[in-house]
Amino acid sequence: MESTEATTRLETFRGKWSDEDVKHLLKRTMFGAKPDDVVHVRTLTPRKALKELLADEPAPPPPINNYNDNKFTDDEIMPGETWTTSINYDGTNNGRRRNSFKAWWLGLMLNQNRTLREKMVVFWHNHFATEANMVDNALMCYRHNALLRQHALGNFKELVKAITKDPAMLKYLNGTASNKKAPDENYGRELQELFTVGKGPGSQYTEADVKAAAKVLTGFRNDTITFVSLFDPGRHDSSDKTFSGFYQNTTIKGRRGPDGEQELDDLLTMIFAQDEVARFICRKLYRFFVYHQIDANTEATIITPLADVFRANNYEIKPVLCELFGSQHFFEAMNRGAMIKSPLDYTVGLCREFGIAFPESTDYADQYGLWLAVQNQTAAMQQNIGDPPNVAGWPAYYQEPMFDKLWVNSDTLPKRNVFTDGMTNGAIGRNGKKLAIDVLTFTQTLPNPADPVALIDDAVRRLYMLELPEKDKQYIKTSILLSGLQDMMSDHYWTQAWQNLTAKPDDTVNKTNVTRKLKSLYKYLMNLPQYQLT
Amino acid sequence: MKRRDFIKNTAVGGVLLPQFLNGFSLKAIAQTSLMPASGHEQINDRVLVLIQLNGGNDGLNTVIPVDQYGAYQAARPNIALPQNKVLKLNGADAMALHPALAEIQQLFNEGKAGIVQAVSYPKPNFSHFRATDIWMTGSDSDKVLNTGWAGRYLNDSFPGFPDKYPNEIMPDPLAIQVGSVVASAFQGPAFTMGLAISNPANFYNLIEDKTDATSNTRWGEQLAYLEKVSQKTDQYAGVIKKAALSITRQSEKYPAPGKNPLADQLKIVARLVAGGLRTKVYLVSTGSFDTHAKQAEPDDTTTGTHAQLLRRVSEAVGAFMDDLKGLNVADRVMGMTFSEFGRRIKSNASGGTDHGAAAPVFYFGNVVKAGVIGTNPQLPTTATVNDNVAMQYDFRSVYATVLQQWLNLPPNEVQQVLMGPFPLLPMV
Repeated sequence: MESTEATTRLETFRGKWSDEDVKHLLKRTMFGAKPDDVVHVRTLTPRKALKELLADEPAPPPPINNYNDNKFTDDEIMPGETWTTSINYDGTNNGRRRNSFKAWWLGLMLNQNRTLREKMVVFWHNHFATEANMVDNALMCYRHNALLRQHALGNFKELVKAITKDPAMLKYLNGTASNKKAPDENYGRELQELFTVGKGPGSQYTEADVKAAAKVLTGFRNDTITFVSLFDPGRHDSSDKTFSGFYQNTTIKGRRGPDGEQELDDLLTMIFAQDEVARFICRKLYRFFVYHQIDANTEATIITPLADVFRANNYEIKPVLCELFGSQHFFEAMNRGAMIKSPLDYTVGLCREFGIAFPESTDYADQYGLWLAVQNQTAAMQQNIGDPPNVAGWPAYYQEPMFDKLWVNSDTLPKRNVFTDGMTNGAIGRNGKKLAIDVLTFTQTLPNPADPVALIDDAVRRLYMLELPEKDKQYIKTSILLSGLQDMMSDHYWTQAWQNLTAKPDDTVNKTNVTRKLKSLYKYLMNLPQYQLT
Repeated sequence: MKRRDFIKNTAVGGVLLPQFLNGFSLKAIAQTSLMPASGHEQINDRVLVLIQLNGGNDGLNTVIPVDQYGAYQAARPNIALPQNKVLKLNGADAMALHPALAEIQQLFNEGKAGIVQAVSYPKPNFSHFRATDIWMTGSDSDKVLNTGWAGRYLNDSFPGFPDKYPNEIMPDPLAIQVGSVVASAFQGPAFTMGLAISNPANFYNLIEDKTDATSNTRWGEQLAYLEKVSQKTDQYAGVIKKAALSITRQSEKYPAPGKNPLADQLKIVARLVAGGLRTKVYLVSTGSFDTHAKQAEPDDTTTGTHAQLLRRVSEAVGAFMDDLKGLNVADRVMGMTFSEFGRRIKSNASGGTDHGAAAPVFYFGNVVKAGVIGTNPQLPTTATVNDNVAMQYDFRSVYATVLQQWLNLPPNEVQQVLMGPFPLLPMV
């Protein structure tokens, strides 16, 4: 039997790909493992696959005006044109643009290329959590998001620097209100506690360090017309700032005038000199991508060497991910199916794996509307992108001892089931366009749908990371596909029904009959706890 | 911002945020608001228990036409039941029951069970799947419906389900299916109106808070957690558990658990009814009546597959009725059996019968009108392979009767639920 203890280290994965390996890799690095993607990645070597997954991509086209209706017309931005060029801001357009932004972002996940980028955007969004509700400016939210996407697979230190000066973050953590007379400690604290050295045992920054950092960070504010940030020397505290023993008693020399901005570089240089930064980020990556629990053994054999790679590469993110996803440890059997799907993995993953059809970009109003519908469902399951619960991000990513178990509770589990039932029945729609699993088409892509045993085996393999016990599959076959006909000899009733449909695909009665059973089958499979795991 | 306070308040115990953005619920209300809201005035405390005999029960070997014994035996010599073994029905000499139906015979003779002969519908369908759908949805055989007959009834009687439920008037599931998937009979216009409480073994796991996954692995530990939450979070798990746990003694006539799957299911139903659930309809099922071969043992036709299947039904219903009496709820419950079709008049060469048309329905309860409704099927003197039992009653007449006379649904609403008028039968 598998144990819960890791037995492998970071040595390179040398197994021959199996479908299960590829599925595991794709489900963790993307949103769901689409059958096409599994087929493609199997043809590559693990090395080549990682290279593709970590490839850079151009920035996507920005969100557009999808929001004109009989109650509101944006006089400035034509329908279908992007509103991200506009600095005109008012309460009405802002709400609409914020929804447009969230829909667009969800759409990027749904239509992601075969790369890690979108998953990493969510990772960094959770890490540098900002709330659209509090930032209250769709343009700033979009720019913040574009920044995360730009640096998602780049250099972490540069990302931290960019985020520190990002208008959305300056507003969110009170950087704009901070000045030499009243340095606000909020960002100075979170920069250390949440964004870099963290709260782990190897992190011993002090309250005095929080105060000192706050002084370094004075002077940044936002231009309230253009919503870009600037450095205002008149607000900057130009005194020398001395830090604790944790930072080797470093003193950051106070600078006057425009040079004051350079103190930020000094501060980051000092912070990034601490080994704990790399360890903190590697632990967070591990929890996000592999497993929530980090025991002493994992810390020593996985986290520490990963952190070494991170530092040796001057905080470049790709080498770390390459090491982690290319390791024997990542592919170890015990890590399969060991995570509870985040709501995004659940909703976006379902849409992608079942190949749910969304309207084309020419029909952007419905396209955005349906993207937003999926976003709303995900939000109801407690992962509202753009609006994490607070600056620490979603508790499921950090809160001991529950971690990802927090995604599932008496409120969200029924909502997950309602979502899968709804997607099976086509309950989410707009203007007569419905999001629905086409159970017939999906089933036709399985190797042998006419054989009920093979059909269930293959469906289970497609949808789960885990095997389903034989007795459960038998039960599903007789009680769902065969409507309670319990003898082995009855398998042919399903085969007959399937073949009848294949022979006469337009026969309504046949179609309804088979479709109804398949809907029950997939609903049931998605309601079992196995479907919650990835 | 006060992040720490927020974390403190939301840590570990699960994040409890207000329910919002529930697009589904809003949509569902919009969809169902066109349905008439008849209110609750006709709701009584009566319960209907549907027993599905999966696979197509051979009606001719269930209710034997003793007045045509020659034709009966000629049509199916290899499976016909000997006349001296069939069970007599008081006041109905023309017919008799399969020897395995002792408890049903007793109920009939006590005035607590009845038979509706030759139930079917025009242009019967011989596919299990299609015929089952027809019975479940209550459709004509050439029409396809996406809602179930009981689902339409429940949607009509409990407007606003599921958003406004559970509530004070109906704190319990509207319908319960013992099984893994809610039958299409319970499908309402937008939502399924029923709740599946899974097979008996899982039911006891629910009551006992047990989970299946015990694997000492990372995924096994997560799975066990998910199963636990899943048991706990069913909005009805609490009331079901409470009802079940309030019943500690049940009839000793039930066979040992696992011996008779139908009895296990009915035992749960009795427990929930007596435990106080106001659930209106229960559906249990047992199979497989698809007896193409070896329906009866050639050397003794009172034994074999069909005999065993019928014995299970009889034994289960007998124990159930005894249990209901002991639990003081027998007057509130009416049960009926149904199967998607009967089987052919003539047996086949494998000692079995092929898919056929009409078949009898049994109904039972303390307060039903006992007796036989209808006459024996007319058997041809020389049956051919395609001869079928002709329909005497449309199955929707049975539904109309239980809806109107047992569940007190007003006649116009009965017609609406069943999409047409169907004459009532003297069952209640």
